[in-house]
Amino acid sequence: MYPIVEKNDLAAKVYRYVIKAPQIVKKARAGQFVILRLHEEGERIPITLADWDAVQGTITLYVQAVGKTTTMMSMMKAGDSLMDVVGPFGVPSHVEPGKTFVAIGGGFGIAAIHPIVRAHKLIGNKTISIIGSRSKDLLLMEDEMRAISDEVRIATDDGSYGTKGFVTTILKSMLEQREPVDVVLAIGPVVMMKAVADLTRPLGVQTLVSLNPIMMDGTGMCGACRVVVGNKMKFACVDGPEFDAHAVDFELLMARQKMYSPQEKISFDIFEKICEAQEHRETAAW
Amino acid sequence: MKIPRHGMPEQDPLERAKNFLEVPLGYTAEMAVEEAERCIQCKNPKCMEGCPVNVKIPQFIFHVAMGNFPLAAQTLKETNALPAVCGRVCPQEEQCEAVCTIGAKVEPVAIGRLERFVADWERMTGNVSLPVIAPPTGKKIAVIGAGPAGLTCAGDLAKLGHAVTIFEALHKPGGVLVYGIPEFRLPKQIVDAEVSFLEKLGVTIQCDFVVGMTRTVDELMNEDGFDAVFIGTGAGLPYFMGIPGENLNGVYSANEFLTRVNLMKGFEFPNHADTPVPMAKHVAVIGGGNTAMDSARTARRLPWTEKVYIVYRRSSVEMPARKEEIHHGEQEGIEFLLLTNPTRFIGNNGWLVGMECQKMELGEPDASGRRKPVPVAGSEFVLDVEAVIVATGNGSNPLINKTTPGLTTNKYGNIIADETGKTSREGVWAGGDIVIGAATVIKAMGAGKKAAAAIHEYVQSKK
Ligand SMILES: Cc1cc2nc3c(=O)[nH]c(=O)nc-3n(C[C@H](O)[C@H](O)[C@H](O)COP(=O)(O)OP(=O)(O)OC[C@H]3O[C@@H](n4cnc5c(N)ncnc54)[C@H](O)[C@@H]3O)c2cc1C
Ligand SMILES: Cc1cc2nc3c(=O)[nH]c(=O)nc-3n(C[C@H](O)[C@H](O)[C@H](O)COP(=O)(O)OP(=O)(O)OC[C@H]3O[C@@H](n4cnc5c(N)ncnc54)[C@H](O)[C@@H]3O)c2cc1C
Ligand code: SF4
Ligand code: FES
Repeated sequence: MYPIVEKNDLAAKVYRYVIKAPQIVKKARAGQFVILRLHEEGERIPITLADWDAVQGTITLYVQAVGKTTTMMSMMKAGDSLMDVVGPFGVPSHVEPGKTFVAIGGGFGIAAIHPIVRAHKLIGNKTISIIGSRSKDLLLMEDEMRAISDEVRIATDDGSYGTKGFVTTILKSMLEQREPVDVVLAIGPVVMMKAVADLTRPLGVQTLVSLNPIMMDGTGMCGACRVVVGNKMKFACVDGPEFDAHAVDFELLMARQKMYSPQEKISFDIFEKICEAQEHRETAAW
Repeated sequence: MKIPRHGMPEQDPLERAKNFLEVPLGYTAEMAVEEAERCIQCKNPKCMEGCPVNVKIPQFIFHVAMGNFPLAAQTLKETNALPAVCGRVCPQEEQCEAVCTIGAKVEPVAIGRLERFVADWERMTGNVSLPVIAPPTGKKIAVIGAGPAGLTCAGDLAKLGHAVTIFEALHKPGGVLVYGIPEFRLPKQIVDAEVSFLEKLGVTIQCDFVVGMTRTVDELMNEDGFDAVFIGTGAGLPYFMGIPGENLNGVYSANEFLTRVNLMKGFEFPNHADTPVPMAKHVAVIGGGNTAMDSARTARRLPWTEKVYIVYRRSSVEMPARKEEIHHGEQEGIEFLLLTNPTRFIGNNGWLVGMECQKMELGEPDASGRRKPVPVAGSEFVLDVEAVIVATGNGSNPLINKTTPGLTTNKYGNIIADETGKTSREGVWAGGDIVIGAATVIKAMGAGKKAAAAIHEYVQSKK
C-alpha cells in the first residue's frame, strides 16, 4: 500500500498528490514516470514524476481527472492509500551542459517539465520555461517553475495573464526574434507537441517531446504503447517516453490514444450513475 | 488391459464458450483410482525419463491406486512444486505420456490428469503438508521474476534455509501463469494457492518492483546484501510481423490482449474491472502456438464476439499448440484458416477494417525440419475483421541486460547460462524462457531447480 500523505485541489480538475513510495525515490530521475493502480479491480495508469523528496521518501504527482480512474483518484484524500505504485519507468532525460534550454508545458505537462528544467538548471544551463493555460486562475505551478527557471513566460488563451494566445505563440516570437535556443522540450496535449515540432522543424532546432500513448505494464511486455519514430516502431515505455519531435508520427499517436474511447465512455457512464445513486442515498439519509 | 483410459469430464462446449470457468472438470476419486490401476508399475519407468523434472511417476500413481492420496501428494511435491499447474498445462502427450510403456499397445496412463487430481485433492481438503525447512543459513538470495522458474527456484532455496526475496515487476506473482494463460485453462486461485505455499516456506514476495529500474542487479548484490541472484524474467517482448498497417487501432499483441483479460480481469469489464478490453465482433488471431490458441479461445468467450478465426501459415500437423487445446478450440467454434498468411492490415480512419491474406502451400523442409510454407500466387483475399491479435512469438526483455554490465547474452537477447544456470557474472544465475526462449512451464521449473541447487552450493562455499 502506498499512502497519500498530502493532496491539494488545483485548478482545472488537476490534483496534486504527495505519495509515500521510498523505493521509487531512490532511483527517480527527471523525465521518468510511475504506474499506479488505485484498488484491486483498478487499471494501471502511467503518471509522470513531477517531484520527489529523498528525506521524506515521497513522490509528487499532478493528475488531471479525465476518465474513470483519474476521477476516482480525484475523490481520494490524504490518508487514503493507493494499491500499487511501481517504477520509475522510462529513459531519464538527457541533460548536457552549455545549452540554452527552453521547456514548454501545457496542462499536466507543466508538472512533467518541472524536474527536467531543474536538472538543466542544476548543471548550469540557461532555462526558459513557457507555460500556459486557458486563463489566469487555471495556471499551474507558477511559483515552482519560477524557482527553477531563469525565466518564466506565460500564455493564457483569454489573455487574462501573460501573453494572449498559446505557448506556441511565445515560442514562435522567440524563434522569429532569433533568441538563442539550443534545445526545446515540449510536454502536453499531442496537438501542442505537434505544433511545437512544426515550428522548430524548418529551423532545425533540436526538439524533444514526451509521448503519452496508452500503456499498461511499462516494461516493454505488452506492446500497447507502440509509437512510430523515424518510421521505426518503438515502445514508449522503455525506448522513451522522450523522442525526437521531428521524427514522431503524431497522427498515429492521436489515433492510438483513442483506441479504447468507446469502452472508456461506457465505464465512465456507469461510474457516474453509481456516484449519483450514492449521492442520493447520502442526501436521503440526512 | 481391461479398463480403457478414463476420459476427462468437461464443460459442454457451447456452454463454456460463454464463460471463463475451467473447461476440464477433473477426475473423481473413483476415476482416479481406476485410472491409476492401469499403470503396470514398470521396473524401468520410461515415463520418468520423459519428464523434464523426473517426477517419481510410478510411485505417486501407486499411492493413488492404493487410495493413499496424501502420500501421493507428498511424492509428487518432492520434485514438482507446482503439480496443480503442471497437471493442467504440461504437454504430457509429448513428455511422460508419449513414452509410457502401455502407450505402445493401448492408450497411455493419464499421468497429467492424475497429477492434477492429486494436487487438487490436497488443496481442496486443506491437507497441505509443509516440508521440512533447514535451519537458517544466514544467506540472502534475490529471485527476479515470479514466473514458474523464479517460484520454483525460490521454493527450493527456502527449503534449504536461505532467506529468499522474489522481486516481481507486475502487481501479482505468477508470470505467464497469471497474465498469459487464461482462467478457463488455469484458474488463478490455483496459482494463488501455490504462491501462498511459498510464503509459508518463508519466501518474501515483493511485487511492483522492476529490476533494472527500481533497483539494478548490482545494487541488490553490492548495497542490499544479497549473496546471489537468480534471473527468471521470461520471454515477454512481443514480436510484430513488420507488415503494413500493424499500428492501426484494432491490432493487438497477444500479450496486451491476454494481460488485459487475464491479469486485469477484463472479462468482467465494465462492472468489476476498470481495464477496457477490445470489443470487436470479428476477431482473427495470427499464429499456431499455445498463445494463439489461448487468445482465440479468450476472444471467443467475450460476450460481444461473434466470429473468431485462427490464421496459421502452415498445416494443422505443424501447429505447435497442444493437441488438446486445438481440439478444445475447434469444439468451441473457432474457425481455423490453415496455410494462410496475412500480408497487410486494412484501415479506415485509423481503425482496422480487414486483413489481407494469402494462401500458402507446403514446399521443401526448411532449417527447422518442417516443410516451408510458400505463397500461392494470386490467392489473396480479405478477411473482414475489426480486431487482430498477433501471437507470433516473444523475444526477451532487455531491461536487465541493459543495466547489468558483464552479463553476456546471445543475438536474441537471451542470457547465456550453463547447465546449472550459471551466467557470466559471478553470483548470478538465470533460467527459464529468458535463457532458452519461449518454452514450457516445466522446463522453466526444471531450470529453477537446477539453479537453486547450484546457488546453494555456491553460497555455502563462500564463508
Ligand atoms: C508516460 C505518461 C505519463 C503521463 N503522465 C501524466 C501525468 O503526469 N498527469 C496526468 O494527469 N496524466 C498523465 N498521463 C495520462 C494518464 O495516464 C491518463 O490520463 C490516464 O491513464 C487516464 O485514465 P482514466 O481511466 O482516468 O481515463 P480514460 O477514460 O481511461 O481515458 C481518457 C484518455 O486518457 C488516455 N489514457 C487512457 N488510459 C491510458 C493509459 N493506460 N495510459 C496512458 N493513457 C491513457 C487516453 O488518451 C484516453 O482517451 C500520462 C501518460 C503517459 C503515457
Ligand atoms: C499464452 C501462453 C500460453 C502458454 N501455454 C503453455 C502451456 O499450456 N503449457 C506450457 O508448458 N507452457 C505454456 N506456455 C509457456 C510458459 O508459460 C512459459 O514457458 C513459462 O511461463 C516460462 O516461465 P518463466 O518463469 O521463465 O517466465 P515467465 O512466466 O514469463 O515469468 C517471468 C516473470 O518475470 C517478471 N519480470 C520480467 N522482467 C522483470 C524485471 N525486470 N524485474 C522483475 N520482474 C520481472 C515478469 O513480470 C513475470 O512475472 C504458454 C505461454 C503463453 C504466453
Ligand atoms: S511408463 Fe506408463 S505404465 Fe510404466 S510406470 Fe510409467 S505411467 Fe506406469
Ligand atoms: S506499456 Fe506495455 S510495452 Fe509499453
